[in-house]
Amino acid sequence: MSRRLPPTDVVVVGLGWTGSIMSYELCRAGLRVTAIERGPWRDTPTDFPPTTAPDELRYSIRHDLFVRPAQETLTFRNTMNQTALPIRRWGSFLPGNGVGGAGVHWNGQTWRWHPWDFTFHSSSVARYGADFLPQDHMMQDWGITYEELEESFDRFEYLCGISGKAGNLGGQLQPGGNPFEGSRRRDYPTPPMQMTAAPQLFAKAATELGWKPFPQPSANLSQAYTNPYGCKLAPCTYCGFCERFGCGNFSKSSPQTCVLPVLVRHPGFEARTECQVTRVNLSRDGKRATGVTYVDTAGQEWEQPAALVLLCAYQLFNVRLLLLSGIGKPYNPATGEGVVGRNYAYQVTGGATGFFGQDKIFNPFIGAGSVGMVADEFNADNFDHGPAGFVGGASLACILTNGRPITNRPVPPDTPRWGSEWKRATRDNYNRWAAVGLQGSVMPYRGNYLDLDPTYKDSNGLPLLRMTFDFPENERKLSRFAVDRCVEAVRAMGAHTVRRNEISGPYSIVPYQSTHNTGGAIMGSDPKTSVANKYCQVWDVPNVFLSGASLFPMNAGFNPTGPVGALAYWAADAIRDRYLPNPGPLVPA
Amino acid sequence: MPDAPTSRRLLLSATALIALGGPAAARSIRGALPWSPNEAYPPPRVTAGGWLYFTAEEAASIEAIANRLIPADALGPGGGEAGCAIYLDRQLAGPYGSSSWLYMQGPFARGTPEQGLQDERPPAALYRQSLSAINAHCRARFGGRAFPALSPEEQDALLHAIDEGRSGIAGLEDKPFFEMLLQNVMEGFFADPIYGGNRDMAGWKLLGFPGTRYDYREMLDRPNQPYRDPPVPLSGLRAASWQVAR
Repeated sequence: MSRRLPPTDVVVVGLGWTGSIMSYELCRAGLRVTAIERGPWRDTPTDFPPTTAPDELRYSIRHDLFVRPAQETLTFRNTMNQTALPIRRWGSFLPGNGVGGAGVHWNGQTWRWHPWDFTFHSSSVARYGADFLPQDHMMQDWGITYEELEESFDRFEYLCGISGKAGNLGGQLQPGGNPFEGSRRRDYPTPPMQMTAAPQLFAKAATELGWKPFPQPSANLSQAYTNPYGCKLAPCTYCGFCERFGCGNFSKSSPQTCVLPVLVRHPGFEARTECQVTRVNLSRDGKRATGVTYVDTAGQEWEQPAALVLLCAYQLFNVRLLLLSGIGKPYNPATGEGVVGRNYAYQVTGGATGFFGQDKIFNPFIGAGSVGMVADEFNADNFDHGPAGFVGGASLACILTNGRPITNRPVPPDTPRWGSEWKRATRDNYNRWAAVGLQGSVMPYRGNYLDLDPTYKDSNGLPLLRMTFDFPENERKLSRFAVDRCVEAVRAMGAHTVRRNEISGPYSIVPYQSTHNTGGAIMGSDPKTSVANKYCQVWDVPNVFLSGASLFPMNAGFNPTGPVGALAYWAADAIRDRYLPNPGPLVPA
Repeated sequence: MPDAPTSRRLLLSATALIALGGPAAARSIRGALPWSPNEAYPPPRVTAGGWLYFTAEEAASIEAIANRLIPADALGPGGGEAGCAIYLDRQLAGPYGSSSWLYMQGPFARGTPEQGLQDERPPAALYRQSLSAINAHCRARFGGRAFPALSPEEQDALLHAIDEGRSGIAGLEDKPFFEMLLQNVMEGFFADPIYGGNRDMAGWKLLGFPGTRYDYREMLDRPNQPYRDPPVPLSGLRAASWQVAR
């Protein structure tokens, strides 16, 4: 039997980036906020001191910070005519767990997406015609523009203290920044990171190729910084333990370093950890949420009544919670109708690894998640797609994040995988490789979607989420095109041998690719084709708001955390300024 | 991975929700950042003394295999000498060996390669079955000699056959076993020495990886220059001469 708790104003599901930002903004607006987190409490001195943080086996290989599949996972298949099987061990992506969520173990690459990204459908039709778009696409605009989100991007960058160089200040192009970016009101809060050897070489080569390289906007900080909440960050030490690790130096922006110190002290706030929300409860007519039900680690079920429910879990788990709660009509790929689960997208990754001669010493262990140089010539609509024959694009970058030895010791093609020859090649090349990588967009398609699995259940006996996904031909063309550009860059850097890393065969959940899962509960301007309106408010249940990358109708050639953070501020503002004075739908359906 | 701090956390949290009207193992946090000194549980250092999971023959087989996958030569010690078998023994005795963090509910089906791991046998059981199959095959084929007693050339030939999926050994699934074995031996050679392998930081010295130094800012103004300082493991400088007694 579930026990009923005293009501609160706002219940927040998941205490990562968006949960902590929205919790604090609503606490400051005078609301009582209860955040419920599936995983444990985590903070810097307790969990990531420099004496234990740099442990490759524990964090990178055994996945200490991620949700354990024994607790919650999903099932996977490439196509609808296959039987989905559970992802028993994480591979392709690594969902976070615990306080801070994926904001603990990210690399810190922080982008504003392009103005084009938000109108990717209408802009593509206008420039290339509807016949140019790929077969079975589900492209549709976001219902919000870059210009509307600009202030929210700015606030997230100043929350994090992002280190970077503006490329477009109020319409004026700035030398040294990204010439393709949308107009911004002011420069980044801190200057770019100092570059290591490989990115410097890439910048030189890219310039020779006619590109305009610029520093990766970085949530690993170039200098000490105090954010608008009064939280303090320290300069990065280039330790090479970013992605998959917590930062022991307070130098990586995270909920721990940027929000939690003030949020936890706020008298209106309470966090409950190691409590898994199993459903959002609805009124009898299904039009209003009454709170959430969760299960603690002793198996006791609790009901937490609330006037407002914010779903701030990771993209996959937000979609699952909507489906488990019966909020929104589930998407049906056979008819194309329904909204929850549609527009699931992922990320095209790959690039080229170059091997260099004795004159180069790259010291790959001197790195950070966002120390590198980027070229944006082939992203978004920054080039003519007509001759290329696909929609979407990719950013290209030389970011040497680490030289962690279990994972990151590439050898030239045709080297044996073991034995004396492998050992010599490993030693000879460890210090003499550099990679140019790409992050490519993925368009939404009719057959790529999320629903509930008919067979497999989690530890609470509830159905797992089921993912059906493969890379369509449009994305395979993009992969070949962008990898060709990476190969050009690595050759221009002077590599004697180059290894191509591109999409081949069906999408596989085994090798790590990217924890950039998007879509499934998208925002839009029509309740027939989206779950939420432009304020991230669920069309069917107006006192439920969504956050995170599940809102994205597509995935772009950049990392998702920038727009994830911006949308959290955007939605919190909408709740405070529009919803609270007049609770109800903020956009007429 | 260690379990003790989890129980400390549960203990701490067991009292936290009493105000809500009942016992709960969850935790309520408000008013201040919770922190207890030394709560960050470092992994316990692997200590000497026998095998926790392997039989003597299994341990000798893994040492012999590790010495072929990573041979001792002019560049440094081999995988067996570097402690890969001790590393793997301790891993198999813990949550990795039993797959206790993984989703292990049925029904089990073979699936496509893209669907990844679908074997219901955890690594500890897979090693037991596979090493037993390999040694039975060796005894029958090489005049009663188990794998450790074969010549390096015979060992290499057999490992190549398993790697390429053509060993024909009854009771052995060549490819999945070899992938797991190669991954685990490399982990043992390159993971922090606190886990029992990478003895005297042999793996890190091979590469020139400085370990857990954690601050390289002084090198930023010297691109393309070699890094000279010797590696440091999690347990600190003294561990540079640390060895697992056998």
